Amino acid sequence: MITTTGLTKVYRSRGREVTALDGVDLHVREGEVYGVVGQSGAGKSTLIRCVNLLERPSSGTVTVAGQDLTALAGRGPRANAALRSARSHIGMVFQHFNLLSSRTVQANIELPLEILGVSGKERERKALELLDLVGLADKAKAYPAQLSGGQKQRVGIARALAGDPKVLLSDESTSALDPETTRSILQLLRDLNQQLGLTILLITHEMEVVKTICDSAALMKGGRVVESGTVSEILATPGSELAAELFPVGGEPSGPDRTVVDVTFHGEAATQPVISQLSRTYNIDISILGAAMDTVAGKQVGRMRIELPGRFEENVVPIGFLREQGLQVDVADIKTPAPADALLKEGAK
Amino acid sequence: MQPLLRDACLDTLFMVWWSSVWAVVGGIPLGLLLVLTDRGALLQNVVVNKVIGVIVNLGRSLPFIILLVWLIPFSRMIVGTSIGPSAAVVALVIGAVPFFARLVETAVREVDHGLTEAAQSMGGGTFTVIFKVLLPQALPSLIAGLTTTVIALLGYSAMAGAVGGGGLGNLAITYGYMRHETGLMNVTIVLLIAIVTVVQLAGDLAVRRLNRRSGRQSAPVGLRRLWAPAVPKPRAATEAAEPAKTT
Repeated sequence: MITTTGLTKVYRSRGREVTALDGVDLHVREGEVYGVVGQSGAGKSTLIRCVNLLERPSSGTVTVAGQDLTALAGRGPRANAALRSARSHIGMVFQHFNLLSSRTVQANIELPLEILGVSGKERERKALELLDLVGLADKAKAYPAQLSGGQKQRVGIARALAGDPKVLLSDESTSALDPETTRSILQLLRDLNQQLGLTILLITHEMEVVKTICDSAALMKGGRVVESGTVSEILATPGSELAAELFPVGGEPSGPDRTVVDVTFHGEAATQPVISQLSRTYNIDISILGAAMDTVAGKQVGRMRIELPGRFEENVVPIGFLREQGLQVDVADIKTPAPADALLKEGAK
Repeated sequence: MQPLLRDACLDTLFMVWWSSVWAVVGGIPLGLLLVLTDRGALLQNVVVNKVIGVIVNLGRSLPFIILLVWLIPFSRMIVGTSIGPSAAVVALVIGAVPFFARLVETAVREVDHGLTEAAQSMGGGTFTVIFKVLLPQALPSLIAGLTTTVIALLGYSAMAGAVGGGGLGNLAITYGYMRHETGLMNVTIVLLIAIVTVVQLAGDLAVRRLNRRSGRQSAPVGLRRLWAPAVPKPRAATEAAEPAKTT
């Protein structure tokens, strides 16, 4: 649904060059929620703004819903009619909502329809319908200043949906909200994704957001995508940095002669209570040092750090048992960073 | 005495009204262009931006009394006469347009760039950005700026006497100051204070109503600073423009 190839953005100011994007290949499938994470300055924001060409990429192409936007836009610095028309079918929500304080909630939602040239009656009908969809049917005549942050973002989402988009871009849409409001906004995005089949590309610095609603994710660093794939693919990748960030585990061994093992559940086999089975089968005591687990659609997903008594040599058989169950097992003090090439290829398809 | 005051009052209102109207007509497009042609803006054009900037600065750096005399031939060309209120209006407009254009520029620049971006992300073009985002969002500041401009024009118009423009300021100088009719001078001063007060209150009220609706706090800073310099003595009047520059 959204594909970028070799997307590069270089800013030039006073003879200095700053590379914000360095050959980004991204592929977002139709109907999925795709999260791009990374620290400030990693290029996420530039990336999402390049998708609807608010920012013109220096090179590379952007294709949204089968339309090559970079070709459509031509060479000129200003948006031509073809690009503007394409943009009106790509919704965008912002971190700071960007609602017009001079207009009522309803008039804010009507703005994209005014741009599309929809008649007054039809605009009103559509705006009220969208307000109902985001659960703010009673706020049509209110001004944005009278709303809470979460309500403002709901208006922002309703406005983004006015052009009946197939794609929604979310630029840190929950970063200015408190945790509870964040959850309710994410729930709304999830519902829209499922009810309307909306494809959502979101950027965020909150791992929680990815964990909550994303089907796929990519990690950006220094203008490049260093890891990408579906959430279970990422978890299945040995040494994946994104997996460690998504499901961070910590904990020190409680004494010498202990083996610390990181076990990754990526939703394939882990429907049985493996830890207690392990304990019973080999008659060993297991301590859980740290865990970050979630149950998604009945499957356990996440990571756990456990401690087995004795050195590594004595625990070869129990570790083998865990691997047989289809779990990813890494012995914590022997770190072998594994290449993420296989995943990158997967993401580029 | 009565008709003298009445005519002066009407002359002043005539000059201030028409110069304000033209200040809006000229100042809004110029102020918008100053913002929109700036580097990185929608209609980026460094040359146009620089040229407009120079013209605006030029218009603002000339003392009004000089402008008034200097523009006599131009006034004759435009309104067919070089004396009277109509001729004074020409000079007032030339003085007020750059003044208001700078205030418009400041007001429009204050509009959050994210709003422009949001409109663009919906497929809006330059027209949409100007008429649906920038101007409506800047409206309270624009009205505050217009209030400032009208009051400054009232001060400028005191100098219209130099080209026989008449008006209250002129009356105060010729009768009050030169002929030592202190009573008459005081009456004109009271009248001018009344006009300034009405304009300022009306402006404040409009700004406050718009701001209350959109949830913004009190009127823009600096609005009230223009009270004092608006007293119509020629020297004070030229200085009236000074504190306004920072608004």
